Amino acid sequence: MTDSTLTPEANDTSAKAPAPSRSLYALDDLTKKRNAAEKRFQAYGIAAILIGLLFLVVLAYSIISKGIPAFTRTVVQVEFTITQEQFDAAEKELFKTKAYERFFIGALQGQFEESGLNVPFDAKAIERIVGKTGGTIREYFRANPDKLGEPVAFELAASSRVDGYMNGRVTRETMTDSRFLQASDLDIVDALVETEVIKTVFNWNFITGADSGVDNPGGAGIGASVIGSFFMMLVVLFLSLPIGVAASIYLEEFAPQNRFTDLIEVNISNLAAVPSIVFGILGLAVFIQFMHLPQSAPLVGGLVLTLMTLPTIIISTRASLKAVPPSIRDAALGVGASKMQATFHHVLPLAMPGILTGTIIGLAQALGETAPLLLIGMVGFVARGYPDGFIAGFTEPNSAMPAQIYTWAARADFAFYEKAWGGIIVLLVFLLSMNILAIILRRRFERRW
Amino acid sequence: MNEMPNIEQATAMTESKISADKVQVYYGDNHAIKDVDIEIQPRSVTAFIGPSGCGKSTFLRTINRMNDTIEFCRVEGSIRIDGEDIYDPKVDPVQLRAKVGMVFQKPNPFPKSIYDNIAYGPRIHGLARNKSELDDIVSSSLQKAGLWDEVKDRLDEPGTGMSGGQQQRLCIARAIAVSPEVILMDEPCSALDPIATAKVEELIDELRENYTIVIVTHSMQQAARVSQRTAFFHLGVLVEEGPTDNIFTNPKDKRTQDYITGRFG
Ligand SMILES: Nc1ncnc2c1ncn2[C@@H]1O[C@H](COP(=O)(O)OP(=O)(O)OP(=O)(O)O)[C@@H](O)[C@H]1O
Ligand SMILES: [Mg+2]
Repeated sequence: MTDSTLTPEANDTSAKAPAPSRSLYALDDLTKKRNAAEKRFQAYGIAAILIGLLFLVVLAYSIISKGIPAFTRTVVQVEFTITQEQFDAAEKELFKTKAYERFFIGALQGQFEESGLNVPFDAKAIERIVGKTGGTIREYFRANPDKLGEPVAFELAASSRVDGYMNGRVTRETMTDSRFLQASDLDIVDALVETEVIKTVFNWNFITGADSGVDNPGGAGIGASVIGSFFMMLVVLFLSLPIGVAASIYLEEFAPQNRFTDLIEVNISNLAAVPSIVFGILGLAVFIQFMHLPQSAPLVGGLVLTLMTLPTIIISTRASLKAVPPSIRDAALGVGASKMQATFHHVLPLAMPGILTGTIIGLAQALGETAPLLLIGMVGFVARGYPDGFIAGFTEPNSAMPAQIYTWAARADFAFYEKAWGGIIVLLVFLLSMNILAIILRRRFERRW
Repeated sequence: MNEMPNIEQATAMTESKISADKVQVYYGDNHAIKDVDIEIQPRSVTAFIGPSGCGKSTFLRTINRMNDTIEFCRVEGSIRIDGEDIYDPKVDPVQLRAKVGMVFQKPNPFPKSIYDNIAYGPRIHGLARNKSELDDIVSSSLQKAGLWDEVKDRLDEPGTGMSGGQQQRLCIARAIAVSPEVILMDEPCSALDPIATAKVEELIDELRENYTIVIVTHSMQQAARVSQRTAFFHLGVLVEEGPTDNIFTNPKDKRTQDYITGRFG
């Protein structure tokens, strides 16, 4: 020992020996490098999140700004009185609706004079703004003769061009005079807005109504296809949840591990990756052409979407069954529970949050699916009315929200484009509420173990 | 000539609660238990000791057929409880497990209330006709497990919210609640601190009056403290079995001696 300390090398190390207690305040190079790498990684992460948020904001902004006009509509509100004598006189005329139109125009004129405005207008211009009004007024008084002689407030839908002018889609600069609207009409519209005859009101019809014809974007509503989607979701829920959960429980808890079950397993995963349009054409061939189920029916749509949703549900259910600790199964078997009792009393309740989340995510996917529905004929223009009754809801031709949106977006009239965006908002509201439901259910069923 | 062994066999069978004869266990190709013969006495504690991986748990689990849940596990030979072969095709393993309860290494209470943890077994076996009978079973099981005073005011709280030692005693109470005759315990104290361990050992000693207990343990002190008989396993073979005192003070086999003196394990 003493010898070795005398050698120069040993001296060297002993001179350095106090040095090993390097100060903790001085960072060595490796630590610096590592810290820098860590900082960089965090910066990347934050940047990624910010980019994601930016896209989200842009998306939300454009959807909302473009879709909001679909929820409003422009109406012309006029109040006037028609006496019994005027009614009788009008009914004797040759062009009866023209006579009623005159009442309407007279009332408008009255409004103008009252508020001291002086804008020239004629019957043609009014027709361009609100369409033919005579018929509506006549119908009303024929149906309600008791209203004769008292003031009645009429609320008539403005034409789609005026609607566009009101929400900025049509401007004085971009419009060209046509038989639909002329520049001079806009002066009248401005004046009418000032006198509060023309107003923008909430468009309930968009939420409750059915699809309209190609030439009537104002009357188009998404209600009927919401119902179509609803009935499809019922089919999907009541088929895919029990089948999916039963299949997963069997595969996960009971099935022997062999080639055959391996094969099934692989195929279920493959199925989850099959493009939806494949399921669509399969549905067309099997359900409609072979089994002769009604075309465009939510029942068929639901069956096709069930095929699509099943793999999702099976995969997520199996994952959540796997996540239940085996000690719980042992505990149940140990007190003499059968395998089924152990599964249903203990494993399944613990897997429930995962199963429900998977199911709702599967349903949400199905809700937004378009392509397979187009193949089985659930296109937008089919949704012309509400089904009469619960059973009819499954069998009568209908559309679904995404298919309806697609149909609108493909139509020529620009006003339909607006409706498509509005439809997207409705669809997103549904998806959001489903996701919130998933979170709530998850919270409620979650238990510690 | 021929009668003598027969009589001997008959008396042996009435005496021992569990008798294993040439038991082999295979996990696929792995021959985990080889030719194990053992007689386990009623109303006593038998300890299984041996180095890790020697097959203690495997053999324990053959006694209530928990190995049935492992697909590629095969059991040969015979295990008789009260003279009945538990691997007979007529025997339903679920019914067997009600008679042969099990307590696991890691406390595994159900994520339910303390009450429901105990009541679950009696409920599925229809042991109680009404709520008050069930209440009685729950309270008497908890009393036998020495847990009653600690939990009687919080029966509706989750069993998973208790301390590890309490959870393990809850699991013992849960096993008792279905009135088994045999209780198998696989290292029941390995997750517990010395005080909780002492409580569980005390409990095991009390339970011996009414139940046949088989316990796997890695602690030779524990085996010495709680058991009347000890079996030493090594590499899937039952090396030696006898009164605990004999095994620890006067082992016949070299391997037992080495293990006990800490030369391997
Ligand atoms: N589920 C299983 N699948 C396959 N092999 C198993 C399984 N359980 C145990 N074995 C094998 O059986 C042999 C005995 O294992 P066992 O668990 O019975 O040992 P042990 O004595 O309980 O060990 P420890 O003291 O570590 O718990 C080991 O070789 C092990 O690899
Ligand atoms: Mg073990």
